[in-house]
Amino acid sequence: MFRRLPEVAGDAIPFTIDGRPASARAGDSVAAALLANGVTTCRNTPVSGAPRGPYCMMGVCFDCLVTIDGTGNRQGCQVRVAPGMAVETQDGKREVER
Amino acid sequence: MTATATGTGTPSRPDVIVIGGGLHGCSAALHLSMRGVRVLVLEKDHVARHASGVNAGGVRQLGRHVAELPLTVAAMALWHRIGELVDDDCGFESHGQVKVAETEAELATLHARVAELRALGFSHEEVVGRDELRSLVPAIADHCVGALVSRGDGAAIPFRTTFAFRCKAIALGARFQEGGAVTRLARRGGLWSVETADGARHEAPVVVNCAGAWADRIAAQVGEPVPLEVIAPMLMITARVPPFIKPVVGATGRTLSFKQFPNGTVLIGGGLLGRAVRDENRTELDFAQVSVNARTVWDLFPAMRGATIVRAWAGIEARMPDQIPVIGPSGTEPGLYHAFGFSAHGFQLGPIVGRITADLITGGATDLPIAAFRIGRFAGAAGTIAA
Amino acid sequence: MSGQATRFDFDIAVIGAGPAGLAAAALAAGRGASVVLLDEQAEPGGQIYRAVTETPVRDRKVLGPDYWHGAELLGPLRDSGAVHWPGSVVWSVARPREDGPRKDGADGPRRIQIGLSRNGVAALLTVRHVIMATGALERPFPIPGWTLPGVLGAGAAQVLLKTSGLVPSGATVMAGSGPLLWLLAWQYLQAGARIDAILDTTPRENWRAALPLLPGFLRSPYLGKGMKLMLEVRRKLTVIGNVTGLRAQGDGVLKSVTYSRNGVEQRLPADTLLLHQGVVPNLNLANATGCAQRWDEVQRCWRPTTDDWGATSVEGVALAGDGAGIGGARAAEEAGRLAALDALHRLGRIDRTQRDEAAAPFRAALDRALTGRAFLDTLYRPAEPFRVPADDTIVCRCEEITAGAVREAVRLGCSGPNQAKSFLRCGMGPCQGRLCGPTVTEVIAAERGVSPAEVGYYRLRPPVKPITLAELAALPKTEADIDAVLKH
Repeated sequence: MFRRLPEVAGDAIPFTIDGRPASARAGDSVAAALLANGVTTCRNTPVSGAPRGPYCMMGVCFDCLVTIDGTGNRQGCQVRVAPGMAVETQDGKREVER
Repeated sequence: MTATATGTGTPSRPDVIVIGGGLHGCSAALHLSMRGVRVLVLEKDHVARHASGVNAGGVRQLGRHVAELPLTVAAMALWHRIGELVDDDCGFESHGQVKVAETEAELATLHARVAELRALGFSHEEVVGRDELRSLVPAIADHCVGALVSRGDGAAIPFRTTFAFRCKAIALGARFQEGGAVTRLARRGGLWSVETADGARHEAPVVVNCAGAWADRIAAQVGEPVPLEVIAPMLMITARVPPFIKPVVGATGRTLSFKQFPNGTVLIGGGLLGRAVRDENRTELDFAQVSVNARTVWDLFPAMRGATIVRAWAGIEARMPDQIPVIGPSGTEPGLYHAFGFSAHGFQLGPIVGRITADLITGGATDLPIAAFRIGRFAGAAGTIAA
Repeated sequence: MSGQATRFDFDIAVIGAGPAGLAAAALAAGRGASVVLLDEQAEPGGQIYRAVTETPVRDRKVLGPDYWHGAELLGPLRDSGAVHWPGSVVWSVARPREDGPRKDGADGPRRIQIGLSRNGVAALLTVRHVIMATGALERPFPIPGWTLPGVLGAGAAQVLLKTSGLVPSGATVMAGSGPLLWLLAWQYLQAGARIDAILDTTPRENWRAALPLLPGFLRSPYLGKGMKLMLEVRRKLTVIGNVTGLRAQGDGVLKSVTYSRNGVEQRLPADTLLLHQGVVPNLNLANATGCAQRWDEVQRCWRPTTDDWGATSVEGVALAGDGAGIGGARAAEEAGRLAALDALHRLGRIDRTQRDEAAAPFRAALDRALTGRAFLDTLYRPAEPFRVPADDTIVCRCEEITAGAVREAVRLGCSGPNQAKSFLRCGMGPCQGRLCGPTVTEVIAAERGVSPAEVGYYRLRPPVKPITLAELAALPKTEADIDAVLKH
């Protein structure tokens, strides 16, 4: 669980997590925004179905893979949140069309 | 498990020395061991380090050279009970292989192929039309008009397969020495003397050359140069996706090998070449060519366009000018047998060629026709094409 | 190659915009070379100076003066004329070999080809010289439960602080060893964040081994500050030393942390567990490019082999900063400048004497920055059970392969990481061994009773970061196409 420091200002950026409205701040990666919104689990692994969440925050562990605006397997920590972005947590093997 | 190096003073003395720990070397070792022959396998790196460990894993009769047809059919019978041979299923699954025609003209060439095979007495390939292609491969692009199908074909996991052959051969008494390249091969008084880079020396009445992309160097040492070309076919693999395709799919008008593993990853290859740096055990990829391969998949499997490619690689393989291997006794020396130059389609033949080699060594003959693969067909030809 | 210069005709590509890359690009471009600085992030700084241009943490005492030093590297970069392409994911670097006819039929000097993606479009960029400044990543910390959501690297938590002003809430445990762990704890103290406990896994015997190296450490102009900061953390927070047997537990998400101390097992409730046991070179790109590498027994990691200028075994490819071996941010900066001077020399822009004269102050600064490093390396060498975990611990997070499975593969005859990879698929997932490579090497070495140097490391393959099939299929083939893609 993470919280914002009180000094952090800036406009709220609206986006959605699995269709639910959520709010991020300029400069947040998708993974940071998930944690800031209390979402610690972002996918289930395609191997065993075990839950995973962001681990490295620098693009090396691939545990924060999510579907962003319909494109699957994106590294949440490497993509910045944009207004209106649709972020979906991933369940196992993502669909091949996405 | 691995034989300890023998100092040059006291050579080890097996019945047969197999040079090369790829699938063909391991298969020869296995079949010989099954007959009670004492085998030593010398591998310069480790078992399945090159082509045998990193190939596409296609177990394919489809589209083979006519000279290979009796062998490929016999090999297929072994694949369908591979577990009995090596105590492991090698990841083998048989969902057929499909060669897609994108145009009516391509389809016509496939019909001609089936007619040719029928005339030769083979019936494992058949042409299917648009509808049956879609029932076999629902994800195929709309423009494809039909396909050539070999229903008994399939795919296996290359490293696991080669490793299983190695383990079974060891269980039957074969010894493996990994990590020392053969530096010298000479025949004295009816015995081969084989020296390796780690300083060991071994002697045996019989040597088998299964050295793959390095086999020309072994052959050259006994005065039979062969025009072997070193190639590096490139492959790439995707992250896991849900199961959507069972057979292995190729194309008629362009190069492709496309299949999904049971774990969900999709392997894309087909023989586009990178660069092989044989002396450094290295390959270099050519992404402009990888891109051509990706474009083929983009055209034939629209659903794959968003798939992520997680890795690409190339193995080091040997290709002969006529695209068929060298199998059989040396043309210059007694007690020497060759099995190499499979020209990027030797994986399926592995189980049977080891048996053929064992037949030749233990009985002096084999019941399968191998005349087309004799090394003497290159006599007088130039030596190595590329290093 | 048409012979006609493309719009994107760079002498040098610098890969990575951390301290080494920023310094290298600024120096090379400042001396007239055309330089492109390629970096995955949206803003320069690398991980150590992450978000230094835009962090929402305005109170400068929270992140501390060493962090804000990063901002001083940006002015020289701006003034140098180097072209900075943020958001560039480099997935391949290759040097076509000199032998054999070129497939494209062109002549002229061989160049280095860089595969990169920007904004979802891939292209191949050719340059004459490459300086990789790929930095470090946190050493894997394989313990039971380390894959549970709620368990993060301390470095990851620091990125969250720098980029987003996020600090842990709820029950928070930090565990491990190394300077970054203490720095983050100190930053959390300044920020008023809650830390329930720090579990210090530094082995007691490390102090004995490190003590003879202490005088060198105390001479360091930079590192002594770290000691003060650690003492402040120890005064104000609960620090539990000599911790062994760490486990993260929870059903689907982290609930508690269990640890052993002096043979007694204890349990702490935890919503967040931040793990750290030092950093190792991020060598995937260099490895996939074919750069030779060696095992560093002191730092217990593989590092690409480089000369005094950062030159690797691949002609025209240099490596600067922590990617070539851990030396810290200040050392990285100087190594970047040295690599840039050598690049200018190799490109014929300065002669050997000019290079050597210009290098003298940077080399002296590099020596100063590395003073005391041996003490840190020795003191913070992770305990063996955290490098060579028990059988039930997952080592490969992507393919969920345990240490026990790796040991079993060794018993069957897999003598190195590449055989284990082919046999088990460990290291074959999207992270390409970044999170399991060091562990798999050490597990195999320990099982065989030989040095990691003997068992080797994964042969890594491009693309070192995944790209989509569509990107690859649309790879522009002509110079004009490449220009059109890259100008965005």
